[in-house]
Amino acid sequence: MEDMVFYDRMQFGFTITFHYLFPQLTMGLSLLIVYFKGKYLRTNLLIYNSAAKFWMRIFALNFTMGVITGIPLEFQFGTNWAKFSELTGSIIGQTLAMEGMFSFFLESSFLGLFLFGEKLLGQRLHFLTGFLVFLGSWLSGWFILATFAWMQHPVGYEILESGEFVLTNFTSLFTNIWLLPTFLHNQSASMVTSSFVMVAVGSYYLLNKSNIEFGRLFVRTGIIAGLVSSIIVVFPTGDWNAKNVADHQPVTFAAMEGIFETEDGGAEIILIGQPNMKERKIDNKISVPNVLSFLTYKNWNATIKGLNEFDESLWPTNVPGLYYAYHIMVGLGTFFIGIMIIAAFYLWRNMLESKNWILWVLLFSFPFPYIANTAGWYTAELGRSPWLVYELLKISDGISPTVSSGNTLFTLLGFMALYALIGLLFILLVGKIIYNGPKHIS
Amino acid sequence: MIDITWYIIITFMLAMYAIMDGFDFGAGIIHLFFAKEEKDKQLIIKSIGPFWDANEVWLLAAGGILFFAFPTLYASSFSGFYLPFMMILWLLILRAIGIELRHALQNKMWHLIWDRVFGLTSLGLALFFGLAIGNIVRGVNLGGVIDGVSTFEPQYFFLPLWNSTLSPFSDELGVIDWFTLILGFVGVVSITIHGATWIVYKTNSSINKKLKQQIPILSLIQLFLVFVSFSIWHFVRLNPFENFLKYPIFTIFPLLMIVGIFGNIFFNSFKKDIIGFIFSSLFILSGFISTSISLFPVLLHSTNSLNPSLTIFNTSSAEYGLIIGLKWFAVAFLLIIIYTILQFKIFSGKIDNIDYGDY
Repeated sequence: MEDMVFYDRMQFGFTITFHYLFPQLTMGLSLLIVYFKGKYLRTNLLIYNSAAKFWMRIFALNFTMGVITGIPLEFQFGTNWAKFSELTGSIIGQTLAMEGMFSFFLESSFLGLFLFGEKLLGQRLHFLTGFLVFLGSWLSGWFILATFAWMQHPVGYEILESGEFVLTNFTSLFTNIWLLPTFLHNQSASMVTSSFVMVAVGSYYLLNKSNIEFGRLFVRTGIIAGLVSSIIVVFPTGDWNAKNVADHQPVTFAAMEGIFETEDGGAEIILIGQPNMKERKIDNKISVPNVLSFLTYKNWNATIKGLNEFDESLWPTNVPGLYYAYHIMVGLGTFFIGIMIIAAFYLWRNMLESKNWILWVLLFSFPFPYIANTAGWYTAELGRSPWLVYELLKISDGISPTVSSGNTLFTLLGFMALYALIGLLFILLVGKIIYNGPKHIS
Repeated sequence: MIDITWYIIITFMLAMYAIMDGFDFGAGIIHLFFAKEEKDKQLIIKSIGPFWDANEVWLLAAGGILFFAFPTLYASSFSGFYLPFMMILWLLILRAIGIELRHALQNKMWHLIWDRVFGLTSLGLALFFGLAIGNIVRGVNLGGVIDGVSTFEPQYFFLPLWNSTLSPFSDELGVIDWFTLILGFVGVVSITIHGATWIVYKTNSSINKKLKQQIPILSLIQLFLVFVSFSIWHFVRLNPFENFLKYPIFTIFPLLMIVGIFGNIFFNSFKKDIIGFIFSSLFILSGFISTSISLFPVLLHSTNSLNPSLTIFNTSSAEYGLIIGLKWFAVAFLLIIIYTILQFKIFSGKIDNIDYGDY
């Protein structure tokens, strides 16, 4: 039985991690493309339309990857997590079905028009279709996060004798206190990814002395969007989420921060160190006293409960994993703000192209937002373990009762092979688009 | 009553999926067997280009609605048909990259590889969806009963891909047996016809002439296969036409299926190229409706006497959620109709000489 849960978690973890590499770029990039398109409508400068078209090529490829790696996820609720689906389907089925009906149709119908319709529609309508694609992709985020929010913080439900969860209040699914902060945090994080990708492509063009006009545009747009979104990710949205966790999942909060002992005079913030689960302490710790209390409660001396306050059976199942995921996310988030402030300063002083080093750093920074987004999601998911529905349904009680681990491993291997193939193809083809560059202004 | 409404909606969503994604699967099959020249291959892909992505969403939406309206059925069938579902997923993934990546490089071998991937996965999917209908109709061993004892909870089962005898009467059923295979062939032939009518409708391709000759022949084969499956239906299911005898008015739907087939047998007498596509869509739609009526109120038959079949009553969500769902469904559905009409209007007519511009 234990093995079974392991393979199911591996499979879902693998497929969703791979999947989310794509939507985080799709969502942010759609907004940047709409910006270029709108700018073109206003200024009539062809460079903006060429820029929009160039990013549309990357967007289209990325979108397809997102769709084809996303379809398995909706199926996997039923194939691998049948018991979970059976018990909670009348609630999370609502939000998932709404995602399909409201956002997937919107996205995909208008993506077809956006990609193929520029000549048929004219510029204004073409802008509108782009905007609707953006709207669809963000709506999709909203519905999927409403599902996630319910799992973290179940609301508006009743549990029947059979163990089945029944919806009693539809609106509460969307007024869930977990939803808005998660949505804003996640969407701004996806803006960070797309901004860094745009800056990296721009830096490449500037350093390579090819497509210089476009290089300048991409670097400029990406730095401004990147600075703003990097800040929003941390404050107010990251802060807001942390408070939710501290208030409603204190044991998760303690594990994330690596706090074992409750300290009376206020809790320290741990910057670096390795959790030592045997002795219940952080090895090689570097920390700043009282800062965690201040960040969480705006009071230097506020008490924050350590893990020792809770029975070990209530702890998240993988405390070191959770601790690292969280610290990687926060560490990278800090790096993003730092590098973007420097870049924005050079941009403002018009010194970017004479200070090559910053372009080199920006060029090689683009993987980090992907890592930070992934680490953030691992924080959220490992933080909820051992629960599928927080404090109500355990992960081990959610798997499919009739699917053997041999079958799950078989399909996991299949997904790994297939995704390795499409990952390679994706890199090859995006590389080709970037290498060929935007079509020059005629 | 509300359960029945959602049963109708699910039937309709699945039928829409088969009609919409069906034509691009069919285009893939035609692409595999009939398109020999590069020009035709490109035209076929162009004819589904702006559509196929949105077509696939019907599957996601239908899946989502099944999840929400009949969670027990969703859980039971998706885990029970674990392997075929996973294979459908892999085929869908491969097919999508086949379509998307073909034009990424201008190289003959590259084109050849993705053309075959696109064609073969389309064929595989048409077969799998036919098999799926066969499995629903035939039923499964709910509760995994062995020697009169359930090995799982009564609403669960697990089916391997096949058993050694390929018999639908064996104690150990498989996804593929001779009964489900016949329905699989019905699926392949119907989808092929559907795709052919789409290509004739959307293009002035040089294979149109050939397709116009093939469609009536394929329709005769389809008629034969449908006749065969109707007449063997009662081997796997006692009184499959009970609901039609009870409510004779519903026999209109099987009759419409026949009309859909006969329409395309006389394909060459049509003045407008869209008519064939309409007949073939009519066949698919009325086929789904007929199957649903025949099953009603069952969603998945139990092949043992110990555990009851899964019906719309014992698998549905609570009433409150279903009623709320109806409200947002109505709004979303209206929007979807608008998007679809827009899409078909903007990309209307023959696509041969339309220049989409490059993106």
